[in-house]
Amino acid sequence: MKVVLQNLTKKFPSRNKKGDDVIAVNDFTFEIPDGKLIGLLGPSGCGKSTTLNLICGLEPPTSGRILFGEDDVTRLPPENRGVGLVFQNYALYPHLTVLENIMFPLQNLRGADKMTRAQMNEKAVEAARLVQIDGLLERKPSELSGGQQQRVAIARALVKMPRVLLLDEPLSNLDARLRLQTREEIRRIQQETGITTIFVTHDQDEAMSISDMIVVMKSGVVQQIGAPQEVYDSPVNLFVATFLGTPPINVFDGNVRGGKLYIGDAAVCDTPGVGDQPVSVGIRPEGFTLDEKGPFEVSLSRVEVMGRDTSVVSTHPASRNAVIRSIIPARNRVDRNAQTVRFSLMPEKVFIFDSKTDARILFGAE
Amino acid sequence: MKKKSLKGWLYLLPAIVFLGCFMVYPLIDVLVYSVEEGYNSASQTYTGIGLYNYSYVLRDPYFLQAVRNTFLLVIITVPLSTGIALLISLGLNAIKPLRKLYQTVYFLPYVTNTLAVGLVFMILFKRTAYSDGLINLMLRWFHAGPVDFIDGPYWAKMFVLCFYTVWVVMPFKVLILTSALASVNPEYYSAARMDATRSFRVFYKITLPMISPMIFYLVITGFIGAFKAYSDAVALFGTDLNAAGMNTIVGYVYDMLYGNSGGYPSFASAAALILFAIVLTITCINLLISKRHVHY
Repeated sequence: MKVVLQNLTKKFPSRNKKGDDVIAVNDFTFEIPDGKLIGLLGPSGCGKSTTLNLICGLEPPTSGRILFGEDDVTRLPPENRGVGLVFQNYALYPHLTVLENIMFPLQNLRGADKMTRAQMNEKAVEAARLVQIDGLLERKPSELSGGQQQRVAIARALVKMPRVLLLDEPLSNLDARLRLQTREEIRRIQQETGITTIFVTHDQDEAMSISDMIVVMKSGVVQQIGAPQEVYDSPVNLFVATFLGTPPINVFDGNVRGGKLYIGDAAVCDTPGVGDQPVSVGIRPEGFTLDEKGPFEVSLSRVEVMGRDTSVVSTHPASRNAVIRSIIPARNRVDRNAQTVRFSLMPEKVFIFDSKTDARILFGAE
Repeated sequence: MKKKSLKGWLYLLPAIVFLGCFMVYPLIDVLVYSVEEGYNSASQTYTGIGLYNYSYVLRDPYFLQAVRNTFLLVIITVPLSTGIALLISLGLNAIKPLRKLYQTVYFLPYVTNTLAVGLVFMILFKRTAYSDGLINLMLRWFHAGPVDFIDGPYWAKMFVLCFYTVWVVMPFKVLILTSALASVNPEYYSAARMDATRSFRVFYKITLPMISPMIFYLVITGFIGAFKAYSDAVALFGTDLNAAGMNTIVGYVYDMLYGNSGGYPSFASAAALILFAIVLTITCINLLISKRHVHY
């Protein structure tokens, strides 16, 4: 089911009467193609969860429209939208067994959709099998691990075959190992069922690794929408560039003069077609190449060996972060006792942004 | 190690002394009294050991009346007060404006002086030379009554006693249940809404099980409290409850000790132990049922 959001806006009245309304979601317009897994990504408080609540109908929008396929569902109550929602804390009913929890939505069906007990049972077991908890049906939620509870919650959301599946921070309550496992699991379940799935996360790793498409948000405004790699390789502004990637992008104060980008006094990169101006420079950690004759000289702080590759930690007066982190292949040896290290930069890993608006300034072939 | 345990006992001493003097010793004493036949409190002598006191009490029409009154009171007021308290709490939980005000209003009886409450009930129910009481006034609108609630027929007196008891225990139950309702995670309701759960089913399948531990707590303490009822009856019908036919078991015990017909600690002890046995049995049954129905 294709999901379309048109100029969706949600304002919350301010707590004190005189203050301004809080705009949680500001003029959202985007289209989610059928059968895709979408990650809504942004720092906490940016309106991701509100967006999810708008889509599932727990909150009414202030203005704008929501369409599932061709149906306008903006004014429909949540129960008539055909959405499944997995809550951040799962919201499993503690007094019911796993099977009863999964069957709960089916027992609410009335009229033509009403099922017999055997049918409900069959559906519930099917959903449980899909998320691989069919061995735990008689247990109570308190007897399950976090990961198992998560699966029950997904099964409960899936059992009535929703048109759209929504997951609110699905991995935030799991430990690091389970998180890796569960995100693969979500991907698998999504692909097996083919249900359009939207999940909310503040963890860019999570969003990047399993989404077909990510939507990066900041204070209620969509910043960028695209395939994860595309957004990573070509961020539209400084916020998106800094939000995506671990270790995070290195940001410098720079200047463009005569078609060249200067960080400090060193001309580090050619920027054809960009007028002279002060800029913010973002360089991905993997954009550095060890080069004795390289233009970019930094003071070496330490070298961290991580097996597969080496992380060079250094400082530079123009850097906005406390340290600069560059990742280079482990076969390149760095003299740990050296005072300084010289790098040359890969132009495709260097982004420049307008120093006032933070918008990306494209240069060269792009 | 020895020194340490000595120290421990020392710390416990005040509590042990007090509990021993005012709980353990009297308990044992009651047991002793209840089997001493023909005990005379003036000469402190008795004629023999046996169960005569119990058989006397169990055959005493006043005691049987008291048992009947107490059971009626328990069976009527405990479910009624818990049910009404649940309705009020649900209502309080559902409204937004003036919630604080209503909460205060419902809690007022809890902090109101018993004498003041007695006065109010007097105005409501008692017939005097000047008026028939407010309730009778209202009954007249419907061309019924007047009924003498204080000195009249048994059912009328029982009605007033039950009404009073329900009213007095209500605030505490409302307080407990509103806080229990407020502590149910709202996510469950959102989840239920997503699944198109009808509101009755939400109540029956989610709210009720979630607050069931508190409901059972109230039922058990309600049973115990109602079995021990006495002062309420005195407040309404005066001290001669046997004459009014409104005595309770605890009232009977008191009368046997200090009342006009008093001075029989053996009979009082036997009655007290019978009450104890009843309360114990009912509480055990309650706990057994709650184990099957309370979910955590």
